[in-house]
Amino acid sequence: MKKFLAFIFAVSVASVAWADGSLINGAGATFPYPIYSKWFDEYSKANPGMNFNYQSIGSGGGIKQITAKTVDFGATDGPMTQEQLNEAPGRIYHIPTVMGADAIVYNLSGVKTGLKLTGDIVADIFLGKITKWNDARIAAENPGVALPDVSIVVVHRSDGSGTTYIFVDYLSSVSPAWKGKVGKGTSVNWPVGLGGKGNEGVSGLVKQTPGAIGYVELAYAKQNDLTYAYMKNSSGNYVEPTLASVSKAAEGVTIAPDFRVSIVNSANAEAYPISSFTWLLIYKDMDDHAKGEAIVNFIKWAVTDGQKFAEPLDYAPLPSNVVTMIQEKLKQVKY
Amino acid sequence: MTRHDTSDIIFRRVLVCFPILILIIVAGILFQLIHASWPTLNKFGFHFFASQVWDPVMEEYGALPFIFGTCVTSIVALLLAVPIGLGAAIFLAEYAPPKIAKFISILVDLLAAVPTVIYGLWGIFVLVPFMRSTVQPFLGKYLGFLPFFQGPNYGVGFLSASIILAVIIIPFIISVSREVILAVPMVYKESAYALGSTRWEAMKNIVLSHGKVGILGSIILAMGRAIGETMAVTMIIGNNVTISSSLFSPGYTMASVVANEFSEATSKTYLSALIEIGLVLFIFSVIVNMLARLLIWSVTNQSHQTAKR
Repeated sequence: MKKFLAFIFAVSVASVAWADGSLINGAGATFPYPIYSKWFDEYSKANPGMNFNYQSIGSGGGIKQITAKTVDFGATDGPMTQEQLNEAPGRIYHIPTVMGADAIVYNLSGVKTGLKLTGDIVADIFLGKITKWNDARIAAENPGVALPDVSIVVVHRSDGSGTTYIFVDYLSSVSPAWKGKVGKGTSVNWPVGLGGKGNEGVSGLVKQTPGAIGYVELAYAKQNDLTYAYMKNSSGNYVEPTLASVSKAAEGVTIAPDFRVSIVNSANAEAYPISSFTWLLIYKDMDDHAKGEAIVNFIKWAVTDGQKFAEPLDYAPLPSNVVTMIQEKLKQVKY
Repeated sequence: MTRHDTSDIIFRRVLVCFPILILIIVAGILFQLIHASWPTLNKFGFHFFASQVWDPVMEEYGALPFIFGTCVTSIVALLLAVPIGLGAAIFLAEYAPPKIAKFISILVDLLAAVPTVIYGLWGIFVLVPFMRSTVQPFLGKYLGFLPFFQGPNYGVGFLSASIILAVIIIPFIISVSREVILAVPMVYKESAYALGSTRWEAMKNIVLSHGKVGILGSIILAMGRAIGETMAVTMIIGNNVTISSSLFSPGYTMASVVANEFSEATSKTYLSALIEIGLVLFIFSVIVNMLARLLIWSVTNQSHQTAKR
């Protein structure tokens, strides 16, 4: 009897400690997980008592969980659709945190990083219309490069992903044929190609298959020394995917106030065209005062002081015009 | 009349609860699968099983390519595994010296215990490059007149996935077939030898025909295993939604599509379509396993009856 009472007492003390509002739960996209981890770590050092827990279950999972309110904030690489927003019990804000991009990687013997491609050509490759590497259109963009007579093997993602979303968003905006036939989403009906699971799956297939072409997160491409293409942007410049050119995609362009904006094929002349934000999802009206305040303060720190941690981890920092907009937006969050 | 102790009665009643629990779980799974896939069951009906389109953007779903992929990989895996497995089982039961038989049987059990993800990794790093550089070009050159060996050669595809599945199911076929062959009463074989039959004749006419039901049961059990195999297949099959007569072509299976797309599926119809595929897979597996069990029971009953005579 005594043991039983002692156990009950211990459990109730533990649960009171557990219910302490300084543990904040989030879930969502896998792409920003490394930078979020770093941020949580650094922020907890500066603000002891603040603990964050983030589960990288995927953008779809993040959207589902924040809609169900099982987490305090969500994270996604692809913005929520109007239907998904309508399903949520309250108004959800999208707050950009860092930027990422998709690199077009390929495996072509004798051709190093820097093959010049246009959105039109990439769309036709992924539609199955261009089937050989020495096609006249690719050769026209790359005078002086010896393109072998090899079949193109298309590789895409087999699992749904924000990486896919950025890519097909770009293809839909540059190719009416792609937009009509396939469209955009985290999972699409790919006309041709092999499917790899995760960035690792795609890069594995590309590395192993001569003549393969695929798309992976830029951070992944850089860390794994993959060969990638320079893409022609909307101003006609061939741009190398670097952190600087990715940040440029949001600089000097009109961003919608709800941030649910696609910045692929950006109007900025120096921008890399397959870039995107990654967002945190929070409710406009927070139920818990302490948690709401903690989250808003964290985000304010992340978009200002936190940005210096982005580049060493291969994420592109937000340009200053976007940071200003975010700070304005955060003032509207009520807790 | 036997007197039952109270403790006996309680023991029996508690024990009865456990199988009932299993029944409840199975019924619960079935009910939950049907309930969750109701939107697409309603919307697409039978068309779901005949359509080849899998388009999450237009919200049009059809399961035929996945059913095709599961069937093709399982059948080809069986075609490869049965001769090897049965041959090995016959060798182990009849021809091998006892020490070797024991050693190989232990190895076979170990093979069966290896997590299939490991087979998938071996497949990606060893089998697929080998298929792409050596085996498939060879098959394409000499057997290319058959529609099964035509088309571009990627390495990943139905053939590679079937080979991995064959490797995974061979241990099951060996274990069960060996038991079935050993269960043939010695008196039958001795009678055959006494009448002057060769080893091969005794094997074919007496042992295999006596054990054929049990062996068939082991094959069906192995097929059930192959149908449900997820991770190893999804790494090797190429994940392409097509129906093709060529074994070199990449494809997709029911288990793979659910494993790949489930976590990111957010719309109700999409989720429901994936769950409906899960339902089809569940029913397939249940039927295949039930068939196997029935066959194996009948063979053990038969051997009990003949032993009594």
